[in-house]
Amino acid sequence: MIVAIASGKGGTGKTLTAASLVRTWAGPVVAVDLDVEVPNLHLFLNPRITGRQPAFLQVPVVDNAKCDRCGRCADFCQFRALSVLGATVMVFDQMCHGCGGCKDLCPQGAITWGSRELGEIAWGGIGDDHFLMGRLRVGEAMSPPLMRAVKTRLKEWTPAAHSDVIIDAPPGVSCPAINAVMDSDVIVLVTDPTPFGLFDLTLAYKAFVPLNKPLAVVINRDGIGGEAVDTFCRAHRLPVLARIPYDLQIAAAYAGGRIIAEQANVYWTLFSNLGDQLRMLGPEGRQVGYA
Amino acid sequence: MVKIAITSQGPTLDDHIDTRFGRAAGFIIIDPHAMTFDYLDNGACQVRGQGAGIQAAETVARAGAEAVLTGYVGPKAFKALSAAGIKIGADLHDVTVREAVRQFNEGRITWTDRANR
Repeated sequence: MIVAIASGKGGTGKTLTAASLVRTWAGPVVAVDLDVEVPNLHLFLNPRITGRQPAFLQVPVVDNAKCDRCGRCADFCQFRALSVLGATVMVFDQMCHGCGGCKDLCPQGAITWGSRELGEIAWGGIGDDHFLMGRLRVGEAMSPPLMRAVKTRLKEWTPAAHSDVIIDAPPGVSCPAINAVMDSDVIVLVTDPTPFGLFDLTLAYKAFVPLNKPLAVVINRDGIGGEAVDTFCRAHRLPVLARIPYDLQIAAAYAGGRIIAEQANVYWTLFSNLGDQLRMLGPEGRQVGYA
Repeated sequence: MVKIAITSQGPTLDDHIDTRFGRAAGFIIIDPHAMTFDYLDNGACQVRGQGAGIQAAETVARAGAEAVLTGYVGPKAFKALSAAGIKIGADLHDVTVREAVRQFNEGRITWTDRANR
């Protein structure tokens, strides 16, 4: 099964949760960092990186000798990656989302593919488990194309390894967050029990409900703030599967790049139980009627 | 007839220059000698996610402008305007459109060869 660790608000504890969940997971697992703008899961899991490769997006190149400036490509492109100006068609390849519509439409066959470097994919092992991440090139504005490249690499991997997958997603509710959770079986929303946490949890709930996947909540820094997040979860039938206490020991360990589950038996149990409950929400768990 | 485009906060010559090129409220397309002009609203570009500068460059190129007077021109808009052969007078601030035209007629505009940063 694929578990995505997401949140509306940044800094709620997605990576903290993902790292401990990977560490305590029963069975083989692939840890995937899809927060490609700021990947940091590797800082906690310390994988042995065994391979890396750059990822590219196909972008149009216009042959101005064949082009008759009809402008169909520029009218079609919603992102202004092509523009008919003066006697040339200009390509602003950093605007291109790689849909390929311009090339299909061009009556002169004047468009061929060039490429834009998106960043890098890196992979390796953590003990017997696997690790995969993307790292966006500095200056690249779009993360979903690189995330898709990471997911393609993941698909080449998992069927052979029979592993479950734990995804560390980017924060927010826009395209990168949706891209990170859309292929998952269960989405975990990590929040904190503050007005900020509730506000962004509400946004994430609204964004992810249409995906029709089981949603569950983890409350981090439990004990601060108020009851509003619990009230929201009850009202929307969102199960709160774990509560990570507000604890100086956790903050200190996390700041030191350590995995919280390894800091005390109670924390190991906390994340190990979280994994058990998530497996019941997954496709196999639902088949045997746990959920 | 020479035509120039000036980014404007409103539809009259006494409105102030809009210092943003791509996200300007509108463009005054003017014959600087006869002082006859049209106003092109650019409201749709103000809410565009990306590509406002490229779209604005297409708008002023289609209007037949030979030069643009504005505040800031970003790198993509600069590239697009240059390709269309349009001269760029940037760094105009706190002046009315009328004053900008006067500076143009008196040859006091400095044409830029690079985008603002």
